[in-house]
Amino acid sequence: MQWEVVIGLETHTQLTTQSKIFSGSPTQFGAEPNTQTSPVDLALPGALPVMNRGAVERAIQFGLAIGAHIAPHSVFARKNYFYPDLPKGYQISQMDLPVVQGGKVSFALEVDGKTEIRSVQLTRAHLEEDAGKSLHEDYQGMTGIDLNRAGTPLLEIVTEPDMRSAAEAVAYAKALHSLVTWLGICDGNMQEGSFRCDANVSVRPVGQKEYGTRCEIKNLNSFRFLEDAINYEVRRQIELIEDGGRVVQATRLYDPDKRETREMRSKEDAQDYRYFPDPDLPPLVISEEWIARVKASMPELPGAMRERFVEAYAIPEYDAAVLTQSKAMANYFEATVTVAGKAQAKPVANWLMGDVASTLNREDTDIDNAPVKPAQLAQLLQRIADGTISNKIAKEVFAGMWEAKSDSATLADDIIEAKGLKQISDSGALEAIVDQVLAANEKSVAEYRAGKEQAINALMGQAMKASKGKANPAQLTDLLKKKLAS
Amino acid sequence: MHTKTLKELSDLLHAKKISATELASLFLDRISASDLNAFLHVDKELTLQQATVADQRLASGDSTVLTGIPIAHKDIFVTRGWRSTAASKMLENYVSPFDATVVEQFNQAGTVTLGKLNCDEFAMGSSNENSYFGPVKNPWDKTAIPGGSSGGSAAAIAACLTPAATATDTGGSIRQPAALCGVTGIKPTYGRVSRFGMIAFASSLDQGGPIAKTAEDCGLLLNAMCGFDPRDSTSIEREREDFTRSLNEPLQGLRIGIPKEYFGEGLAADVEQAVRAALSEFEKLGATLVDISLPKTELSIPTYYVIAPAEASSNLSRFDGVRYGYRANDYKDLSDMYRKTRSEGFGDEVKRRILVGAYVLSHGYYDAYYVQAQKIRRLIAQDFKQAFDQCDVIMGPVAPTVAWDLGAKADDPVANYLADIFTLSTSLAGLPGMSIPCGFGQGEKNSKRPVGLQIIGNYFDEARLLNVAHQYQQATDWHQRQPAGI
Repeated sequence: MQWEVVIGLETHTQLTTQSKIFSGSPTQFGAEPNTQTSPVDLALPGALPVMNRGAVERAIQFGLAIGAHIAPHSVFARKNYFYPDLPKGYQISQMDLPVVQGGKVSFALEVDGKTEIRSVQLTRAHLEEDAGKSLHEDYQGMTGIDLNRAGTPLLEIVTEPDMRSAAEAVAYAKALHSLVTWLGICDGNMQEGSFRCDANVSVRPVGQKEYGTRCEIKNLNSFRFLEDAINYEVRRQIELIEDGGRVVQATRLYDPDKRETREMRSKEDAQDYRYFPDPDLPPLVISEEWIARVKASMPELPGAMRERFVEAYAIPEYDAAVLTQSKAMANYFEATVTVAGKAQAKPVANWLMGDVASTLNREDTDIDNAPVKPAQLAQLLQRIADGTISNKIAKEVFAGMWEAKSDSATLADDIIEAKGLKQISDSGALEAIVDQVLAANEKSVAEYRAGKEQAINALMGQAMKASKGKANPAQLTDLLKKKLAS
Repeated sequence: MHTKTLKELSDLLHAKKISATELASLFLDRISASDLNAFLHVDKELTLQQATVADQRLASGDSTVLTGIPIAHKDIFVTRGWRSTAASKMLENYVSPFDATVVEQFNQAGTVTLGKLNCDEFAMGSSNENSYFGPVKNPWDKTAIPGGSSGGSAAAIAACLTPAATATDTGGSIRQPAALCGVTGIKPTYGRVSRFGMIAFASSLDQGGPIAKTAEDCGLLLNAMCGFDPRDSTSIEREREDFTRSLNEPLQGLRIGIPKEYFGEGLAADVEQAVRAALSEFEKLGATLVDISLPKTELSIPTYYVIAPAEASSNLSRFDGVRYGYRANDYKDLSDMYRKTRSEGFGDEVKRRILVGAYVLSHGYYDAYYVQAQKIRRLIAQDFKQAFDQCDVIMGPVAPTVAWDLGAKADDPVANYLADIFTLSTSLAGLPGMSIPCGFGQGEKNSKRPVGLQIIGNYFDEARLLNVAHQYQQATDWHQRQPAGI
């Protein structure tokens, strides 16, 4: 039996507003429990919600970025259920008329060694408030309730069941993560719970039109967990059906230690949330003018920037795609090229994708925190271009610049000077080195003169070593060849 | 002194004929001697502190017409200092960390708080027999109900325990007790008075308003109570107005609509007689009576008793024993805690309405009940819209009978609901409505019990309502009658 996997994702993204969605309390992560709560967050008698415009603007930005319809008129609804981390006994969310409708997210996906561009249709994105946290450890058989998070604005982003593999789901999730962090509407910090995915997973025989029964895996807060959980669930469902069983619709949780999903609650306990429009909040009216103002204040989107880089800087699509994975990296690239000149665009791209990226990785930091600034990197590339140093030596200089953590406008020169790494282009000095090397390597010399061309490589190597890598390679080669020929 | 109106007392205070401290002490003494059970929480020290401040303001000239005036707040408005219980065991010992906006506004004007007034639990009831702290007695006949849910407010004014009281009206809870106690009360247009700090019963219907001896007094109180509040998203933003500005306009040419549905079979003869006598009085003052029809009047009962419980069932979910208020003593797990806390903490009528509300919002019934009721609500509002094409104000009885005996309908919730027939529509439509005393009936007991005349106005027409009432109160003296022994 050939099986097809069907996946839809619901992603809860915490919005980067200073205060909560319906109250003025701060939204910072990590504060002492219950210190960021107001009467509204605590659901004290007489408290009422007031809409945070910043949350709406971030929803509008998201809708514009994915080409969705922004509802001119949307409604907040109460989702009623009892749980200690839900102070009002209901969550204010959106049901029938969400603020963002439709839209799509595109991304690259490796399929059988080829890179394809896929698109996932979004059903909707709506605004709602986050619940508090229940802490079960440290309380001796009881549960501690921290309501700091209660009321934090969320944008819940729901896809159509368009994905057909865990890999595709992860690629979508990563693309969505890039987009919301690019826009600045979400900080994307998955460990802190800023970006959480629920995966709806079902299987059906290939060719069948009807969807199989799905299960929902909740609260996956890492891409690896997302992939593992989906793969486990797919295997579980297929095995179950092949053994003659039936998939029962249920909500499941992923256990990263055991690497399996387990049931949280089944359809029998399915909640009736008794949704109804919240009478404390008038309908949200979004005018054309408001949308236009938000649009005007939005950053250039990654797709547009990618195209612009290719055109303006004549770099390959692939490079542009890599550089526009984050706004910070794209801005760094552009700033560096602005100083170094358009002709240097490709070398800059190479450096960022190569040495800079690997250094950032090794140091576990991001481009915003790189101690080497765009202008400083630009100068380094200029020194390569003007022959002061070779590309190889430049790597050493770069490492020195990184270590120095200095503001100096001439940092590249400073390091070259300090380490004495200036390329040796003085013919006199080079001649001396060449003579020395030829004298010490009679065998290679003989081999070369006998017709073995590659023997020059060993001589080059020796000369480079003698010059401590500082010999100008082109000049050295010429000089060697001249002397060998004579 | 205690029988004087608010306006008279204000003149005396400003003429330095009496001090705020003397006045407050006078009323505090009356309150402690009273057996009506109108007051729930009294704190002499807090009151006298406020009186001292008021006296300072009166001396320095930094005062308003309300400075030094004693006032009592329905125990639905949260107050710092005095407990706020909503007349429920659930909040028996609850002290709010913030004041309701209405309370803040009065504090700023310089009123002196005498304490919190008894009412039906969570404002649910028409007789004040649903209070956890015992029923309130009608000062005119202590074997009779005072009406509800603001029974404490109306009884306190009638018994001269305070010259000013705040109250709330969701389906008639200002107008009906005012009528049954022979005092004056007004429910303004929905959105005029902030609901921030008003313990919520039915969010789309609740409105705060004053109860006092005269229309003029109510106007002065309304001036302080109304106004846009950014903390309440349903608060209306309008230019501030003086509701007493039109009190002295003559009524020549006033068109009074008389709905035929308000004078049908269920109306008691003694109530009808008093109301019709009042209408004749208005004709003498120059008004014309116009026959109108409000065809959906009967539908207002099921409509209200679907919508209000629905909203209440959600609003009261926050009372779960987790963060504040009553929590059951013995429980074995979370579910048990919720179940016991809410079963023990809420009275019967509250539980009844929560169950009805949850039912009409539940899956499968939502469209048939809740949505349907909201549609009919719009039709009810349309009735009034059409009526106001033919008249300026609408008049009729407030309740079908005079006050019934304590205990007479206590076992018959539906009988209580049916008695709301004349007041519910006004609330559903969000229109302003008043009750003024217009005579007496004997009911079944042959004891003198007050009758109230209802005056309903178009949206935002409170100044006209007060004008109409004031002119009547200049020409008649029902509002000056006192119960025996006051």
